[in-house]
Amino acid sequence: MELWFTEKHTDDAQFSIKVKEQLYSGKSYYQDIAILDTYEFGRILTLDGYIMLTEKDEYIYHEMMVHVPMACNPDIKNVLVIGAGDGGTVRELTRYSTIENIDMVEIDEKVIEVCKEFLPQTACRFDDERVHVSIADGLKYVRKKENFYDLIIVDSTDPFGPGEGLFTREFYGNCFKALTENGILVNQHESTYYDSYVDMVKRTHRRIGGVFPVSMVYQAHIPTYPSGHWLFGFASKNIHPVHDIKEDEWNSLGLEMKYYNTELHKGSFALPNSVKEVLSGE
Amino acid sequence: MSLSQSNTPIHEALLKHKGNRVVQLDVPSHKGGRGNKELRDFLGADCLKVDVNSMKPLDNLCHPVSVIRDAEILAAEAFGAEQAFFIVNGTTASVQAMIMSVCKAGDKIIMPRNVHRSAINALVVNGAIPVYINPGTNKRLGIPLGMSVADVKKAILENPDAKAVLVNNPTYYGICSDIKEIVRLAHENGMMVLADEAHGTHFYFGENLPVSAMAAGADMAAVSIHKTGGSLTQSSFVLCGKGVNVGYVRKVINLTQTTSGSYLLMSSLDIARKNLYFNGKEMFRKTVEYADYAREEINRLGGYYAFGKELCDGNEVFDFDSTKLSVHTRAIGLAGVEVYDILRDEFGIQIEFGDIGNILAILSAGDRELEVERLLSSLSEIKRLYSKDPSGMFDHEYINPEVILSPNEAFYSETKSVPIENSVNSISGEFVMCYPPGIPILAPGERITADIVEYIRYCKEKGCLLTGTEDMKIENINIVVR
Repeated sequence: MELWFTEKHTDDAQFSIKVKEQLYSGKSYYQDIAILDTYEFGRILTLDGYIMLTEKDEYIYHEMMVHVPMACNPDIKNVLVIGAGDGGTVRELTRYSTIENIDMVEIDEKVIEVCKEFLPQTACRFDDERVHVSIADGLKYVRKKENFYDLIIVDSTDPFGPGEGLFTREFYGNCFKALTENGILVNQHESTYYDSYVDMVKRTHRRIGGVFPVSMVYQAHIPTYPSGHWLFGFASKNIHPVHDIKEDEWNSLGLEMKYYNTELHKGSFALPNSVKEVLSGE
Repeated sequence: MSLSQSNTPIHEALLKHKGNRVVQLDVPSHKGGRGNKELRDFLGADCLKVDVNSMKPLDNLCHPVSVIRDAEILAAEAFGAEQAFFIVNGTTASVQAMIMSVCKAGDKIIMPRNVHRSAINALVVNGAIPVYINPGTNKRLGIPLGMSVADVKKAILENPDAKAVLVNNPTYYGICSDIKEIVRLAHENGMMVLADEAHGTHFYFGENLPVSAMAAGADMAAVSIHKTGGSLTQSSFVLCGKGVNVGYVRKVINLTQTTSGSYLLMSSLDIARKNLYFNGKEMFRKTVEYADYAREEINRLGGYYAFGKELCDGNEVFDFDSTKLSVHTRAIGLAGVEVYDILRDEFGIQIEFGDIGNILAILSAGDRELEVERLLSSLSEIKRLYSKDPSGMFDHEYINPEVILSPNEAFYSETKSVPIENSVNSISGEFVMCYPPGIPILAPGERITADIVEYIRYCKEKGCLLTGTEDMKIENINIVVR
């Protein structure tokens, strides 16, 4: 007998992974949560049937979410992470001894619980004393902060479901307010390859651009996300992600990476023409 | 078969009818959707299959003897009324049915001036004469309030020949008059009490909400089930208390109501009634919880004032409907209608209305925390990005009019069209109002003053949707020629 997990990327294209064993399946107040053990990708986390991460390629996503802003401003001390219940983003952040505080706000407590039990590869640094986890709605949490964080990382699900509020104009505006003068906002920005995502990418980019003076998009290749081509948003009040990169300073930290390096950092902001067209479109 | 609140007679009859697969050689000609495929694809085949005409097994709204009558009996029981009428022409029709059931041409009816246009429309149609009571005004908020008992008493004593008193229960803004005491006074003086409960369905089911008209002993109520009760838009009830001649009311309703009552609307009333009966308490508990939370958080943002029960003064604000989320915006330098427009155009949030000084959001059990949080975050952003100095903003929202002619007489008088700015001191031959809330700034027969003309100009400038005049651009107004 063969057991396969299939995620629909569009009505006419799907992505399948052969499953060794289903380790967990449950339902929280917000979503269906499952952990599958697979032959090719190791353990994978799915929410409402969509792959959130696989052990084999999660490093790409998490390194790109964290080290791009960290290389732009090594003085980042106070960080807010929204979503990210799998712990991967927090794991990368805790590698910087210069960071003093990491607030993580996840709406679904169950995701954290399940990841702690089944995904030790990512959920391994929740016990770092700088990490403070709140179970709350990110939109509500950030509204109450002003001039407080140096970096906000929005590690959300897709804009349909519990992550919906994290793709709104008011959320980005509230993030702007919550950030310090040199503050940076990084968010997962979906993908433009399949038509069904295009409008959301466009709208999200326009909303962030309407709030932040600097708003750019960078890319990475993540084999298990739809199309494998994934985008991230970088927004700030004054820091430019390519011109202001502190290459030598970051490299002198001697952090070992599997995907990220400062050359790739600069290159990741060079986008395909098809993406540029989407981002500049009305 | 014995009826209980868990029955939905119209809904059940429609299900049975659908199952019978009757050959449809009657109207409507879309024939369950086969005759209009685009409409079927848009609304869904299940919906079009029950968009049917009256027939024996489905009863007839004009003369209900079976399933519609049963549904009306259940509705009356659920709302604590002697009789309920299903209305499919909007609560406008319900309000008009009430007024026309108790007044003939020349009869007087006592009402607050801040009634919905539908009430004055009824006077235009049947020629009854309004005796207006000036509702109090909250100076800070610029909104009209309820009627004080003393003013109602005075009006009753001065007009002993009046046939009825009409009460907003509540106003659009959620403000209630002391309807129990008004009922006592009116009945003592041989007058009926009619309640416009367009915004009061939830009073019948929620806890710790203002008293409903039927519970207060009113004679009739127009209840917009579609607004806060969960039925389809345009569906409504007329409720009657003890001692009302319901056969006569039915005749009056049939003067103007359609003879092709929509089964989509009627079944939605039927199902909404059942839902309210069994789940209403919890639904409105949740609604109040959302609204209380939102009020607290909005007031914490500063600048905005989300008002609530603290307005109650035992008089012109006898009670307040805590499900209503009304927010005063003038202190951040923005008119309510400006905040209303920004919320929709820039934040993708549609609220109920914005007037000169306030916005109103309608919350319900159909909302989730997400919607409430989005509103709060957006208001915080609007304040951060757009707030300005409030000086110079219009600060008297509500203007009490001077009535010269009855609405009927003015409406049917000879009139001429003049530019609004040249109409000062004339008598208006038509309505002018912002919609919503639909409370006339001017009604037919009222004196046009410089204040009113300035107010209309200001509303236009701020982007209110003005309606009422023959001139679609609201630049000219018909004035009575004398």
